[in-house]
Amino acid sequence: MKKNDFLKGLADGLPICFGYISVAFAFGISTVSAGLGVIEAVLISMTNVTSAGQLAAVPIIAAGGTLVEMAASQLVINLRYSLMSVSLSQKLDKGVSLLHRAVIAFVNTDEVFAVASAQKGSVSKYYMYGLILTPYLGWSLGTLLGAVAGDVLPGVVTSALGIAIYGMFVAVVVPAAKQSKATALCVVFAMGLSCLFRFVPALSAVPEGFVIIICAVSASAVFALAKPVEISETEVCADE
Amino acid sequence: MNEHSFFAYLAVCAGVTYLVRLLPLVLIKKKITNRFLLSFLHYMPYAVLSVMTVPACFYATGSVLSAAVGFCAALFLAFKGKGLLPVAAGAAAAVFVTELLTEYVLPMI
Repeated sequence: MKKNDFLKGLADGLPICFGYISVAFAFGISTVSAGLGVIEAVLISMTNVTSAGQLAAVPIIAAGGTLVEMAASQLVINLRYSLMSVSLSQKLDKGVSLLHRAVIAFVNTDEVFAVASAQKGSVSKYYMYGLILTPYLGWSLGTLLGAVAGDVLPGVVTSALGIAIYGMFVAVVVPAAKQSKATALCVVFAMGLSCLFRFVPALSAVPEGFVIIICAVSASAVFALAKPVEISETEVCADE
Repeated sequence: MNEHSFFAYLAVCAGVTYLVRLLPLVLIKKKITNRFLLSFLHYMPYAVLSVMTVPACFYATGSVLSAAVGFCAALFLAFKGKGLLPVAAGAAAAVFVTELLTEYVLPMI
């Protein structure tokens, strides 16, 4: 059972790993070209494990910005993870101890969260460890390769890899939307809000990190009020 | 990099990122029973991923056109019930082919 859970997690983590190698590769290239060293680039990836936050951190380090600026930017960009951690707290087996939660939290990325959420019932720590292992290695290794090897991939290849992560998001959202009309409407509503913040001039000044929180929280709250899910339905998810 | 050492930046950056992820996961150990909160948490993952995908994915490749083709390929494959890797790989392949066509093949015709 433990071994099966771990292996299932490992299998589910592999696509994330491949996606991460390519995204981290791009991060490695841009970090070195911003004037940071190879080891510094790898250390950032190994300690942060987040794409958007790291991309925002590099210019602050390169420009010698303030630590307050660093803390504020990371808080805003990464605040979405607290939502994901709240959700994951309900998804983990009841018996998962503090120490294991602390380790799992470290690699609770968008993609890890997406895949864990898509599982039926609760998930064990063994599944989570299998799931996070290769993405973490891929993220670190990809950064190293990008920082060392630099611009060796042709533009068309890096361009194609750029969509891979979003393809994974689509693969998580579509099955849920197919199953429930309310979820489908919520998804469309959230996308609409997100587009408003991107294209309406007055709103486009709102930082990306806030946009994600505002849109996701309001879409979820609206649909939680309008279309509350059956308790039994969620209990199956939470306690199975 | 004159004011602070690299490690000061690294500590603040990684520390804030980790705390944001850690606190909810270790503080909330009980199962939530409130129906609104349960419903909220039911919709939230899909809402977050949707917001992150649209419209950002249309700017993730060399052109909006190739990204749109890749996004449609992902939608199609996901509707067909394909898993994470085939959908992601299919989207990347669609972008690759589209960019080859628009950048190299079409200009020659």
